[in-house]
Amino acid sequence: MTDAPRTADASVELRPKLVGQRIRRTEDPRLLTGSGRYVDDIALPGMLHVAVRRSDQPHARILSIDVGDAFAIPGVVAIFDARDIAGDIRPAIPTSRMDGYYATPIRPLAQDKVRYTGEPVVAVVAESRYAAEDALDQIAIAYEPLPFAIRQVDAVEPGAPLLHEEAGSNVIIARQFQRGDVDAAIAAAPVTVRRRFRMTRKTPVPMENRSYLADWDKRKRALTLHTSSNIPGIVRDVLADCLDLPGNRLRVVAPDVGGSFGGKGSLNHEEMLVCVLAKKLERPVKFTADRMEDLTAMSQAFDELIDAELAVDAEGRLIGLRADVIGDIGAYSVYPWTGALEPVQVVSFLPGPYRMQHYRGRVRGVLTPKPPTGPYRGVGRPSSTFAMERLIDMAARKLGLDPAEMRRRNLVTAEEFPYRTGSGIIWDKSAFQECLEGACADYPALVKARDAARAEGRWVGIGLASYAELTGIGSRIAVAPGMPINTGTETAAIRIDATGAVTAAFGISSHGQGLETTLAQIVADELGCRFEDVEILHGDSALVPMGTGTYASRSAVLGGGAATKSARVVKTKVLKAAAHLMDVPMEELEAGNGLIRARSSNATMTFKEVARAVYSQMGRIPYDQREDLVAEETYDPYLGTACASTHLAMVEVDRDTFGVTVTHFVVAEDCGRIINPLIVEGQVHGAVAQGIGAALLEEVVHDETGQLLTASLADYLVPVATNMPDIGIVHIEADLPNNLGGFRGMGEGGTIGAPAAIANAISDALSPLGIEIDTLPATPERLFRLVEAAQAGMAQDKPAG
Amino acid sequence: MSARAEITVTVNGIAYTRAVDPRLLLSDFLRQEIGLTGTHVGCEHGVCGACTILLDGRSARSCLLLAVQLDGAAIETVESLGAMDRLGRVQEAFRAHHALQCGFCTPGFLMTITDMLRHHPLESDAEIREALSGNVCRCTGYEHIVNAVRELARERGPLK
Repeated sequence: MTDAPRTADASVELRPKLVGQRIRRTEDPRLLTGSGRYVDDIALPGMLHVAVRRSDQPHARILSIDVGDAFAIPGVVAIFDARDIAGDIRPAIPTSRMDGYYATPIRPLAQDKVRYTGEPVVAVVAESRYAAEDALDQIAIAYEPLPFAIRQVDAVEPGAPLLHEEAGSNVIIARQFQRGDVDAAIAAAPVTVRRRFRMTRKTPVPMENRSYLADWDKRKRALTLHTSSNIPGIVRDVLADCLDLPGNRLRVVAPDVGGSFGGKGSLNHEEMLVCVLAKKLERPVKFTADRMEDLTAMSQAFDELIDAELAVDAEGRLIGLRADVIGDIGAYSVYPWTGALEPVQVVSFLPGPYRMQHYRGRVRGVLTPKPPTGPYRGVGRPSSTFAMERLIDMAARKLGLDPAEMRRRNLVTAEEFPYRTGSGIIWDKSAFQECLEGACADYPALVKARDAARAEGRWVGIGLASYAELTGIGSRIAVAPGMPINTGTETAAIRIDATGAVTAAFGISSHGQGLETTLAQIVADELGCRFEDVEILHGDSALVPMGTGTYASRSAVLGGGAATKSARVVKTKVLKAAAHLMDVPMEELEAGNGLIRARSSNATMTFKEVARAVYSQMGRIPYDQREDLVAEETYDPYLGTACASTHLAMVEVDRDTFGVTVTHFVVAEDCGRIINPLIVEGQVHGAVAQGIGAALLEEVVHDETGQLLTASLADYLVPVATNMPDIGIVHIEADLPNNLGGFRGMGEGGTIGAPAAIANAISDALSPLGIEIDTLPATPERLFRLVEAAQAGMAQDKPAG
Repeated sequence: MSARAEITVTVNGIAYTRAVDPRLLLSDFLRQEIGLTGTHVGCEHGVCGACTILLDGRSARSCLLLAVQLDGAAIETVESLGAMDRLGRVQEAFRAHHALQCGFCTPGFLMTITDMLRHHPLESDAEIREALSGNVCRCTGYEHIVNAVRELARERGPLK
């Protein structure tokens, strides 16, 4: 067969050619014309609307609920509190195999107690949202206020008031990772640096607020939930248990979803609520959060105190790191990730992409009367990278060593892979050093520019941040520690139908990532069909037996791997049929751009012709050789892939306003084989914007009384166009031999590196004053206070006179 | 509840006469009364710009307007800019530059930019970023949107 003549034209034409190209997205026409279909765009006949009366207390016992004249309001249909639905749904329990962990139950409405301001207590169902909101005002809830500790440093104390008495403690998670003898290493080290870092609480702020629409089909006794979720498969599986419905009578559909960033990546109270109400009332029931509700009650993020100390030798080589972390997980553990997701990842990733022998990271996750923390772009790593990269810079400053050189000396090198970190994470082949060099291409020029600006008295600084993360995690590792569900596989069901059209269905769920485009690129390349003939289906629990969704930078890796596997099986079936139809050996055939061609002749068949012959033209293929052109394969990358990056930021702090302008930003990242550079760049830009928001603007603030002070977008500031610099991107496509397709996950990285890079840049800018940034966001007010204190200290140090 | 008021509003060239509650937001009027769900509601307090429409030719936030105020007004929404198989120029530039991801904020940006192209010089990136700064996008980091607008402004040339 190797002797078969090849025409040069055919081999060029038929070569895989879509992966790697800047293909315009297939999603765009509908989204650009207002033809997208988000949950709140769906209106069903007889649909009712829910408004939720939320707790105005951080911790209180519910004494009584009086609906008053609520039913007098025209259009009000029903009012429910926890007692009315107790028999209709079981709570969701975010279990975990972690020792000593307590799983707080998740219910649609607060039962007996409320545990954060904003927790749903009463649901009003009405013909319109306006009527339902009117009715909320009529309801009187009597509370007995209970004591509480709003801050994690207080809640963690043994005598602190308990939020969940059954747990016996507010600390529901405690873990420790250890290697070597860090105490001895630090005691003996020539140089140590130490600080308490605080990454304040954030909220994801997807532009579409959460929206849920449940539709009960009494004819089939089946429920369809339309949800703005990025984990429709996980929601289906847990609600099947909570509602006691089999999966074939419970369908969870995520249509167009307006961003998530993790905020729509856990089971929500209101998601459970609409299901119960639709079933009870036998009418479609919709809940759409307004922005205040999402800022108040969507799962929030980060919120750690990190006490950390780093030891280095005289040449700047890392010796050991010890850290004590208190994560404020809020009032509940989220399903399925648990409250451990965020804080435990902080201590897992704290050692960073560096060679370092001794490590001890301790973490406690503590309950406080605030909304639960859940996944948010970067999970744990923005905080761990912030702390570690600050320590690296502080040590470099102490040693008089250039921060880039400090990293160069410590980043794991190519020959050291696979490298096991002090916390047990294994880094395998990724471009750690190359990313540093890539980000630093213009470094000498920038240093020169900074020094010139500094000579003029301007506060200009440069900051670096290097990190590595695990993406596309397979079944060997849980996305969250001890989590009992499988997130390590994805299935692609690909079929060519009788018309020759290709449909590829997935368990993943695109909410802005452009997966309809990138997965079609992969399918078209692997199958040899035309890109425009591929329809990608996703975001629907009915498509494949088990699917979870899109989170943890997994869908290009796992979805792409599953697409590759299934497409190859279907291609074999197509070629087998074509070989029979064309009367040439299968090995003679190749497929590309919708055409099957024999290498040795000019004979061709289209996919459409093969499909017709297989399905519709009986007799063309013997019945015992006929096979449907379908495949459903599951891909499991088993371990997952390391993904590395270095960010470089240059900033200027305004001497009058203390505002920070990011003047220069470069990301060098290794995301493996790039499927679509346009989309990769978009992901990097967006993630960096969220990182810049975390570094400079965004902070959820609860006051001492447990009330939220940042309940509007005028108070919780997210970056707008004027906050953002142009971002330079250096793509490094390191080879990834063990993964199907060679893709690495890259959706979250920008949010991981940017806060640390900016904190380092601000610290560098303010280094003439000896200021080290240890709390983010570095708002003008915080910087003003730091500068004021530093200048007062300097004035004191000077001799009087 | 106050009595409904009858209004006639022209939306994308079509006159709609409806009896509306005085408190009905324009955004809800567009989405729920006449079924134009392309206009999205992101914050209902005028910060995010997702609900931006054109009111008598200038950009405005439909979540901060009451339908009852708009008797006799002409409204343009994203649905007026083009069709899926025949995108308008601003839409086409957004697609070419990958200036949208989840698409939720996009209609608001498209309407804002339509107004800005008609009325603002947009001669530098700084001016473009200023023009876009009343709209929040959480996905793109704005750079691709700026690229699209730069191309559109260049194509348009100086304002007459």
